[in-house]
Amino acid sequence: MSVSVVYAILVTSLATFLSRFLGAVSSQGIKETSKIFKWFNCLAYATLAALIARTIIFPVGILNEAGYLVRLLVVISSLVVFFFSKKNYVYPTIFSAVCMAVLASYF
Amino acid sequence: MINKKIFFKGYKSILAHDSPAIALGFCFIAIGALLKNLGFNIQESIFSTMLTYALPGSLVMAESLLVGASLLNIFLAVWFVNARLYPMAVSLFPLMMHKNQPKWKYYFSCHFIAVSAWLIMKSNYKSIPKELRIDYWIGIGSATWSVAVLGTFIGFYFSEFLNKEIMMGLAILNPIYFLCMMVGASKTIQITLSVLLGTILGPIFYFFSPEWSILLGGVVGGTTAYLIGEINVS
Repeated sequence: MSVSVVYAILVTSLATFLSRFLGAVSSQGIKETSKIFKWFNCLAYATLAALIARTIIFPVGILNEAGYLVRLLVVISSLVVFFFSKKNYVYPTIFSAVCMAVLASYF
Repeated sequence: MINKKIFFKGYKSILAHDSPAIALGFCFIAIGALLKNLGFNIQESIFSTMLTYALPGSLVMAESLLVGASLLNIFLAVWFVNARLYPMAVSLFPLMMHKNQPKWKYYFSCHFIAVSAWLIMKSNYKSIPKELRIDYWIGIGSATWSVAVLGTFIGFYFSEFLNKEIMMGLAILNPIYFLCMMVGASKTIQITLSVLLGTILGPIFYFFSPEWSILLGGVVGGTTAYLIGEINVS
């Protein structure tokens, strides 16, 4: 392994573990029925939603090469499949990959 | 030490019909292929997934290395991107805390905090007695972590068979899967509003501060949703 890559991996894992560990430590003493727990639950869901929206609207990496319209079309049609499949998670996920690959090859 | 029956019940949760294992596996196949294209060898790629086990963080590290960023820059960029793991941990661990369980289990298993494992646990924790939930969580975490490592391995060796269109298809899997899980989890007014506001505010804040947009969207959207929910209840 090259040294710089190993250091980069170690620094990345440290930065990632820090948030996880601080969360585990500071959650001690918080009751699941408390208001602070409910607040953090809302924060977690909203942060995840913001992350997903940003990943789709302002993607980094190869997804950036697909146009806005293509991404929007894939998201909407996958949600339609999600509701038509009685909220199954696997069908819309596989559908989205196939749909994106097909649309990307044409547009 | 660890209740094996409950551990394997958690481990087997990835075999369910609506399991995240397929989506997660494909996402890490994309990561494995990406890391190989960036010049990582197989040991470095596997080492990265095992230690980091967070897709956005791995992507940020890969892109930072590509532009020659310093280690401090990588640390800060990854920390900001993965800061979402903090509220996820705080909103999960109180569901599993029990006085009969040793602390090391909690500190060890916090490494498994990731969107897919977190969402599975949030959906299933009520069916497990509180004292044993940590063992169930370790089972879920071990399973999703194994899938991630296996996906990276496959992606690394099959990267030459993946063209640009297939890579784009693999890249959209993860956000679509998470989006469906979030919509499926929106059963209360607070969670529904949190998801809606986070989705709207995250991209809006991106125009002002790309680095802070996720956290700002999460804090403002989550707090607003919480307050509206509390007012609605009272």
